[in-house]
Amino acid sequence: MYAALWRVLPGPWWIRLIIVLVLLAAVLTALVLWVFPWVDQFVAPTDSTVGPGQ
Amino acid sequence: MTEPALDTRAAPRRRVSVVGVLGEVLITAGVLVLLFLGWQQWLNDIIVGDQLHGQSVHQSATWNKAEGPAKPTDPAAPPVMSATIANAQRFALLIVPRFGADYYRPIAQGIGVADVLNKGELGHYPTTQMPGAVGNFAIASHRKAYGGNLEHINDLKVGDHIFVETPDGWYQYSFRNLQYVKPTGIGVLDPVPEQAGVQPSDRMITLTSCNPFFSTAERIIAYGSFDKFFPRGDGPPAEIAATVNGKA
Repeated sequence: MYAALWRVLPGPWWIRLIIVLVLLAAVLTALVLWVFPWVDQFVAPTDSTVGPGQ
Repeated sequence: MTEPALDTRAAPRRRVSVVGVLGEVLITAGVLVLLFLGWQQWLNDIIVGDQLHGQSVHQSATWNKAEGPAKPTDPAAPPVMSATIANAQRFALLIVPRFGADYYRPIAQGIGVADVLNKGELGHYPTTQMPGAVGNFAIASHRKAYGGNLEHINDLKVGDHIFVETPDGWYQYSFRNLQYVKPTGIGVLDPVPEQAGVQPSDRMITLTSCNPFFSTAERIIAYGSFDKFFPRGDGPPAEIAATVNGKA
């Protein structure tokens, strides 16, 4: 999968490396800004309150 | 991803195998889970904490503008907010120098998970008293994640100051002790903590959070007792002036 990605990228190895790093940065940004906050609502919250029903 | 047949023609040296792709997908999934945990437990606390700090500085400045000339008040008998606060509405701010100079977090009414606690706010148990009132001002927050407001609750030392800020001014409490209870230990919310039915004479603050880290097995409780009140008209106490003014 990743080897195939590397092969379809154009240019010499250092151009490919730069493209890969830019792609990686874009993916991480999207994860932190949108994906992780969205996933977060499905993760069981840790309770921090005291109450009779817990 | 290219189709296997196409790929074989384009690059006959390497064959894309099902197992190989599956392995890379699984490794990617594992890395994503680790990244999520790192974000939830660490990175997002820094991001949310910074946002809450900024909002608190702004809130305090707004209250400053609304404040008239200083009213004479007895530092030992502070004013108490009498207005009814709607659920999930912010009405106070928390400052704990032990938690860092930039620790400045909003307190909202109620302890709803979705509408208060998961927003990074501390939640006020609505059945308990208001700041500065005789009795117990009890608030809850997450230990980690969602701002991690009480991550360092176990670092409090006897005598550490805990400040609660309202439109009226700053209430200074001094940390007294920690307690560990079961999640059903509602005695910590009593006007005199753990003394049900006893008429209070002191002004207490109670912080509750989960314990141990990443668990909901127990609750960690921090108690403080009221020292004195600083009216808004006289400006913030010197100890927290930098935090309040956003210079920290």
